[in-house]
Amino acid sequence: MGTSISGIMGGRLSPADYEKNFTDLHPPLDRHQALVASDRCYFCYDAPCMTACPTAIDIPMFIRQISTGNAVGAAKTIFDQNILGGMCARVCPTETLCEQACVRNTAGDRPVEIGLLQRHATDTAMERDIQFYQRPERTHRRIAVVGAGPAGLACAHRLAMNGHDVIIFDARVKPGGLNEYGIATYKTTDDFAQREVDYLLAIGGIEIRNGQKLGRDFTLGELAENFDAVFLGIGLAGVNALRVEGEQLSGVEDAVDFIAALRQVEDKGDIAVGRRVVVIGGGMTAIDAAVQAKLLGAEEVTICYRRGKEDMNASEFEQELATSKGVMIRHWLQPRRVIGKDGRVAGIEVEYTEMQDGKLSGTGETGILAADQIFKAIGQTFDPASVPNLRLDGGRIAVDAEGRTSMARVWAGGDCVKAGEDLTVTSVAQGRDAAESINQALAAAANSAVAVA
Amino acid sequence: MADLRNTFAGIKSPNPFWLASAPPTDKAYNVERAFKAGWGGVVWKTLGEEGPPVVNVNGPRYGAIWGADRRLLGLNNIELITDRPLQVNLQEMKQVKMNWPDRALIASIMVPCEENAWKSILPLVEETGADGIELNFGCPHGMSERGMGSAVGQVPEYIEMVVRWCKQYTRMPVITKLTPNITDIRKPARAAKAGGTDAVSLINTINSIVSVDLDSFAPTPTVGGKGSHGGYCGPAVKPIALNMVAEIARDPETYGLPISGIGGITTWRDAAEFLALGAGNVQVCTAAMTYGFKIVQEMITGLSDWMDEKGHRSLDDIIARAVPNTTDWQYLNLNYVAKAHIDQDACIKCGRCHIACEDTSHQAITALVDGVRHFEVLEEECVGCNLCVNVCPVENCITMVGLEPGTLDQRTGKPVDPNYANWTTHPNNPMARQAAE
Repeated sequence: MGTSISGIMGGRLSPADYEKNFTDLHPPLDRHQALVASDRCYFCYDAPCMTACPTAIDIPMFIRQISTGNAVGAAKTIFDQNILGGMCARVCPTETLCEQACVRNTAGDRPVEIGLLQRHATDTAMERDIQFYQRPERTHRRIAVVGAGPAGLACAHRLAMNGHDVIIFDARVKPGGLNEYGIATYKTTDDFAQREVDYLLAIGGIEIRNGQKLGRDFTLGELAENFDAVFLGIGLAGVNALRVEGEQLSGVEDAVDFIAALRQVEDKGDIAVGRRVVVIGGGMTAIDAAVQAKLLGAEEVTICYRRGKEDMNASEFEQELATSKGVMIRHWLQPRRVIGKDGRVAGIEVEYTEMQDGKLSGTGETGILAADQIFKAIGQTFDPASVPNLRLDGGRIAVDAEGRTSMARVWAGGDCVKAGEDLTVTSVAQGRDAAESINQALAAAANSAVAVA
Repeated sequence: MADLRNTFAGIKSPNPFWLASAPPTDKAYNVERAFKAGWGGVVWKTLGEEGPPVVNVNGPRYGAIWGADRRLLGLNNIELITDRPLQVNLQEMKQVKMNWPDRALIASIMVPCEENAWKSILPLVEETGADGIELNFGCPHGMSERGMGSAVGQVPEYIEMVVRWCKQYTRMPVITKLTPNITDIRKPARAAKAGGTDAVSLINTINSIVSVDLDSFAPTPTVGGKGSHGGYCGPAVKPIALNMVAEIARDPETYGLPISGIGGITTWRDAAEFLALGAGNVQVCTAAMTYGFKIVQEMITGLSDWMDEKGHRSLDDIIARAVPNTTDWQYLNLNYVAKAHIDQDACIKCGRCHIACEDTSHQAITALVDGVRHFEVLEEECVGCNLCVNVCPVENCITMVGLEPGTLDQRTGKPVDPNYANWTTHPNNPMARQAAE
């Protein structure tokens, strides 16, 4: 096919190759594989994996349930702590969380495949559409959730479990947030993000209003006035700029847009990709963009990261995945200038970097990498314009341990808050915990009203 | 290389591994394959009386329990003795024995408990050139309902009577196969000896139901909606068999009686353990039915390599070597004190030792020390029970360390007494008190 044609173009591969390249990264375990994998769990006391999980799923218990043929019960154990356990099973960097904590590593062995087992359990329950939670009697309390990403969905579900009415406002066309728009295609196939949203909404009492953007279609003040409580799970809307000459040239793109477009497109051949692609950045986004550019047929994909391998936010596993797909990862290089030709990207000038007295600085030595497409993946930023009245911390919304913001009756969680680790699973934990806090606050308010009366 | 040649009750075979009387030894075809694979002997599947043979069910005959990766741990069967005509079996046995003169060929027999029944079949078997006979007093299903198999094996008087008939009517060595479905295995063994048996073999299968189908609510294997108890065998029964072999080996009344050890033998190591506890050879079935006849090659090389490594030259060097060390509880040294010790370098911090000890034993293993996850034995609480060793997933991470005489046992606050003292003389023992008074 047209892999070697220069310029940015789609249709570099055959339909069969697209299909092959974008299937499930980790194929699910079948029943027998799950039994074998589950038998490797030691059912540790005070299990380190459970401590390592931001949502504190009772991992030894759900694995034991799988091992006894009760995958459905295992799913409930997972969902009790993490209603987005299906997605987390796919996208969690388990190699740095639960599976890193697995004591089998200490034994010089490979860890129990916790992520795959979690997927086995949650898939089993979801495929059979088994619903574990029923809404209790309505409280007639109304809560606004802004953002239908992992934090907002987890918060909404936990609120619904407590009988409250929830309205989720989301700026995008579809709910799911980064689950729908921000995760590499091969990590969540078969429209899983939407299926998961549907599964979660089945509890009832949650209404999603799409195309509703905070600061454009409504204000935080209006929500605070019209609802009993507000939860903000608005993520990171901004993308960091390279701040170098030539950044405006055609062919310089945001990695997040590329990843989102890949998720939404029907035919992968419609996504244009360069022959030579350079990705600037060192996080998961950089890896996801680079790997997928390669899978779309780019001949040469290079990640340039301005620090060393150990500084990369992308896990060791992700880095290995990228190199195994043929991506070249280069360290200690920072962009200096995007080189154009006829108004289009032709290359990028990079400078070697080094640490001097604990500070990163350029060495002055430069070189040019030929490129017809450059992806920026140097981090996303919180855009505070939509929440002008909230106190910020480190450029994100300041919250206390329960997720309360500086404004009364307004909670926040997920990537938009300071404490966020920018992980799906952390967002779920924060959304869930904020919901509990909201529920307690509403209950306390109701009780005090009774006491006064 | 160690000499594996075996003489059991006068029967010679090139190695101590025989196939037990069971489906693998029902036909010349199978037995020929077994001998080609290297088996030292076979006990031909049990012959019945002349006349119309028994019939088997036409549905499932086996049930099983498995480990997580479908490793077969225990097998159960409801198959009966051979369902082929007696003459066919006898002709095949004769041919096979001619083809394989160096291998042991034993005929297992089960006929009604009547003198004439035994008297008439024995010459027919003898005529095949078989090296010996094994009396099937063990099968716990089907045949026992007809007064044979374990129905005989459970009545020592019957055993003695039948053995006596056999000794009277044949010159072939008689091996009496015992059922474990009895409270004291020494009783039938003594009866067999009293009848003049040349050897005993054990264990036959154990009465069992391996599982219940929770959809049909019927035991498995299920035949037309119903299940019946069957005979249990395979790796899971080995501990039961080992004990029964040892009971007979160390019983003064049967001391020296050759024992053919049977029950869950899967590897050379299992075989070596049976030999050490007094078996003169071993019989295998389930392992062959699981993996095929080739496993005998692992058994032969494994046993031989181990014997070479340890300097044991022949089977006589190992047979019954563990019998003197097998005793009754009352003779165990109560002054021996051991404490668990956790190798911190090997510990993977799973915490299973802690929770086992904390929830179910003596609260003698820490979980946290100075706020850090750390598992360590508290010697002042440790009774040396060995549970932590058994639940630890890391081999040799937790070991039991015996305290030297004279050192302080922190649990009792007393130094370890160097003298041997057992329950028979212990002051708490009412019998010992009576004897003293």
